[in-house]
Amino acid sequence: MLRDITLGQYFPGSSPVHKLDPRLKIIATLLFIIELFIVDNFIGFLIAAIALGAVIALSKVPLSYILRGLKPILLILAFTFALNMFMVDGRILWQWKFLKITQEGLELAVFMAIRLILLIMGSSMLTLCTRPIALTDGIERLLSPFKRFGLPAHDIAMMMTIALRFIPTLLEEADKIMKAQQARGADFETGNLMQRAKSLIPILVPLFVSAFRIAQDLAMAMEARCYRGGENRTRMNEMKFKKSDYVAVTLLAVFGAVIIIQSKVF
Amino acid sequence: MMDSIIKIENLIFEYRKEEEEQPVKAINNISLEVEKGSFTAILGKNGSGKSTLAKNLNGLLLPTGGTVYVNGYNTADEEHIWDVRQSAGMVFQNPDNQLVSAIVEDDVAFGPENLGIEPAEIRRRVDKALEDVNMGPFKGKSPHLLSGGQKQRIAIAGVVAMKPRCIIFDEPTAMLDPKGRKEIMSIIKELHEEGITVVLITHFMDEAVNADRVIIMHQGEIFMDGTPAEVFGQGEKVKSVNLDVPMAVELARALRQRGIEVPEKIIGTEEMVEYLCQYK
Repeated sequence: MLRDITLGQYFPGSSPVHKLDPRLKIIATLLFIIELFIVDNFIGFLIAAIALGAVIALSKVPLSYILRGLKPILLILAFTFALNMFMVDGRILWQWKFLKITQEGLELAVFMAIRLILLIMGSSMLTLCTRPIALTDGIERLLSPFKRFGLPAHDIAMMMTIALRFIPTLLEEADKIMKAQQARGADFETGNLMQRAKSLIPILVPLFVSAFRIAQDLAMAMEARCYRGGENRTRMNEMKFKKSDYVAVTLLAVFGAVIIIQSKVF
Repeated sequence: MMDSIIKIENLIFEYRKEEEEQPVKAINNISLEVEKGSFTAILGKNGSGKSTLAKNLNGLLLPTGGTVYVNGYNTADEEHIWDVRQSAGMVFQNPDNQLVSAIVEDDVAFGPENLGIEPAEIRRRVDKALEDVNMGPFKGKSPHLLSGGQKQRIAIAGVVAMKPRCIIFDEPTAMLDPKGRKEIMSIIKELHEEGITVVLITHFMDEAVNADRVIIMHQGEIFMDGTPAEVFGQGEKVKSVNLDVPMAVELARALRQRGIEVPEKIIGTEEMVEYLCQYK
């Protein structure tokens, strides 16, 4: 279960998508998300899906890998779907006692589900195709204008790098703790929701303890390697806009234009 | 006059446990010099102060009393703390908890980036360091997919890329399987041959056999200090602080009791095998 989370994981590759400037990819992802929220019809989604599909095809990340990332949100997806389906008033298609499904409700439910799926897939493409370091470097650079107002851009970026690095380590740790508890008779599988939630407490406490221990070790290792914040720090990979980045900017502009035009037309 | 890279003068290190009034002396008045280009192994039981000593060698911990000089810099001198840490790199016990980045080569680049080195030079150093630890093909991989020994090799590469004069290994093999342990030991030997001063903190006796000098610590003090042959030659004394002698030394002692005169200098397993095969 814990290993299915692809959000925040990097899929190594050398496709054109992987090689784009991270700043550009971050902005493109943000635009994509904004687009999903302003779109109010299915054609808009279709355009977004085609664009996303093209990016996925170009990135050579297997579709099954991306879809696996949807697994953890299936529950949320089902929940919003059901909520929309049953709660919206309108033309009644089917009724049983107090439960009813309306035409409008069904449409809204499908609409929301597509939005959520595209949202997750789109944002996981960013992390799948961008090395974590490049990603955080990109964020640091994008945030650096705000340094003037006291925003610690470098520190935020470093925290994110470390968070991404330690996701798998902490997952492994959680797995280990769970197995150790199970070996001593803990039961995570049965019982109602409350009982199951309660049975997670004995996992969370040791997990927090080990997270603090890891943090302490890491801080020491970073200090030993002369880490002293963002000042005077250089980068192995410098960010420079390449030809392919300009092509991507153009495509992004075309995509934005199409979305605006279609929202005016339909 | 010894040409030393690390010079410790009357080092005392105390820490205070919260409830207790009396501070605990982890290190009690140690003076020590480590020669440039040497390979020193520091042995001791848990709580003997060997790890605390290691952390005092690059300013991660600062002495309560006495002074530590690394490459001529006083570790307590804040102005030169980064020179100290660049001169004396450190590899820690847990391979997982010392890697910063989710990509191998970015992790190796972390140290040089902190030093403010030119990007092209960082690239060169990273490639060279990964080559040195035989991890070149893994540079684009994610560390969590690697074995413990491989992760530890990345950690070593990360230190090597900073071009330190001396590397302190704080029980680098304690969490590894035998295969990983062997890999790490052979890399440590290679680094030593390339001229890097090695300080190896360990509790595996067989690893200490490779050193030019063995120091045994006990209750925060230096208990024994000498060449491996000298130290392990005094088997009873080593055992008195609950440490074992290497297997070959133990075997040599048993053979001597049976009247087979094994030379004193034989302390390693390989030398012992060699000797026994030629024995008539």
